[in-house]
Amino acid sequence: MSVPEDLNIDRIANLARLALTDEEKVKFSAQLADVLTNIEKLKQVNVDGVEPTAHAFPIYNVWADDVAKPGLPVEDALRNAPEKRDNMIVVPKVVE
Amino acid sequence: MSHAAMSSELFNKTIVELAELLAAKTITSVELTQAVIDRTQSVEERVKAFNSFDAAAALAQAAASDARRAAGQSLGALDGIPIGIKDVIAVTGQPLTASSKMLANFVSPYDATVTQKLKKAGAIIWGRLNLDEFAMGSSTENSAFHTTRNPYNLDCVPGGSSGGSAAALAAGEAIATLGSDTGGSIRQPAALCNVVGLKPTYGLVSRFGLIAFASSLDQIGPFNRTVEDAAITLQAIAGYDENDSTSVKVEIPDYRAALKTKKGPWRIGISKEYFGEGLDPEVAAAVEKAVSFYEKMGCVIKNVSLPHTEYGVGVYYIIATAECSSNLSRYDGIRYGHRSADAKDIVDLYYKSRAEGFGPEVKRRIILGTYVLSSGYYDAYYLRAQKVRTLIRQDFLNAYNEVDAIITPTTPTPAFKRGAKADPLAMYLCDVYTIGVNLAGLPGISVPCGFSSSGLPIGMQLIGQPFKEADLLAIANAYDSAHDWAKRTPNL
Repeated sequence: MSVPEDLNIDRIANLARLALTDEEKVKFSAQLADVLTNIEKLKQVNVDGVEPTAHAFPIYNVWADDVAKPGLPVEDALRNAPEKRDNMIVVPKVVE
Repeated sequence: MSHAAMSSELFNKTIVELAELLAAKTITSVELTQAVIDRTQSVEERVKAFNSFDAAAALAQAAASDARRAAGQSLGALDGIPIGIKDVIAVTGQPLTASSKMLANFVSPYDATVTQKLKKAGAIIWGRLNLDEFAMGSSTENSAFHTTRNPYNLDCVPGGSSGGSAAALAAGEAIATLGSDTGGSIRQPAALCNVVGLKPTYGLVSRFGLIAFASSLDQIGPFNRTVEDAAITLQAIAGYDENDSTSVKVEIPDYRAALKTKKGPWRIGISKEYFGEGLDPEVAAAVEKAVSFYEKMGCVIKNVSLPHTEYGVGVYYIIATAECSSNLSRYDGIRYGHRSADAKDIVDLYYKSRAEGFGPEVKRRIILGTYVLSSGYYDAYYLRAQKVRTLIRQDFLNAYNEVDAIITPTTPTPAFKRGAKADPLAMYLCDVYTIGVNLAGLPGISVPCGFSSSGLPIGMQLIGQPFKEADLLAIANAYDSAHDWAKRTPNL
């Protein structure tokens, strides 16, 4: 199965913020081409005038009362942070 | 019967049987929980169903259950029953890994709503069960930690993604378990491991505290040894939750009572689209025998048409991957999860943390999902898939004008060998009979209905109408209570 010309794996990986190795790029391109070929048959279906379904049951605008409720204590919320200091998450420098 | 002889088999009993023994004070929850722990320690090396378990925490809960019962304050049928939890459902203070390196060290800071509800029913929260990484797969071979084995043949897969939940129950390492089902991840492993697996209607059970995969499809449900046990477990976890805006406000009936009050005869549909090419003849024969059973009990068997079935896998792999690419964008190495140690700057940190934390199947699906949502392709793939989804759902709703439920095989074949489906597309096609139920938001249940000539379990699927789990369970129970496939336990 050949890779469709428009499957630009570098562009997609960049959008997904995912670093891929050269080997992964070759392998995934071929596998995704297979899957996309299988998906092609959806083009046979006549969908004129058909509404798209996002959820099986339509739910619109679920409102919650604007009332403060107890949340997680800070130490619990930060428990899984890879690096923290003074109740804050440490990240690499973001401005030069 | 001597006490010792009986307790050696406690781990294979049903919730209904154990609840009676507990209520009669023939056994204690500590004895039962210890029996499950001992069984787990003796077979787990072969089955590999768990990512982790905390025996001390389980025994402490069991002691509390026994104290409640002694004080006359038992909380009901689940009080004192050990229930294993798929490792995508949060339990306070316990690991929550999704079988991914990304979350290898994550500890839940809070309980999922279903965990809270099981605790309120007195259940013993027991063990973290293996799965395909982030619930993406049909064999547990995509787990970053280890592959779970099918207890009926250790060379075969248990199915997936909730393979650990199915295998642990089949192996006597839990009395019931919870899983999640996005395209068949409860029903398919249930069929492959000779247990009952129920995917409730979308919106019946809260997903608060469930690690999200594809949010318009994901649903939590139970694995059990009988349909009656499934009714008891569903009773405990169903219901509206203000923490899940997709949970639906519906009245929750008494599911166990419905098994007795709803007696049929029912109108049961068969769709030729579920009995076509690729279906193993032994699976077809077992399901056809179940159809004859319903016919003999007076049910009307009707042919129904679900003409868009063949597009289900394509629609699913567009919608599920699109949603997963969005849901998994939260794993960026910043607030929790794996953080790369050698990133140059913040953007590099995202790329590398995700590259190091995710396994190949998760990466493949993120790439596919990102592609189908990307500018220029959205209408051709995602929007078209959503429209075909409407047609698939309409097929089912049309069929329900004529029938109460639809019967199908749960899977095209019994369990396959580990490594047999190395090609992702071949693995995706395993889900062909279960996917439509998720796309249409319907309840579906897999019930054991036989064994292949090589001794592997076979399951049938019954598909019900939205929020009519009481009817679906009654229909399933009519068959299940008249057969004893689930009593055929594996030799381990």
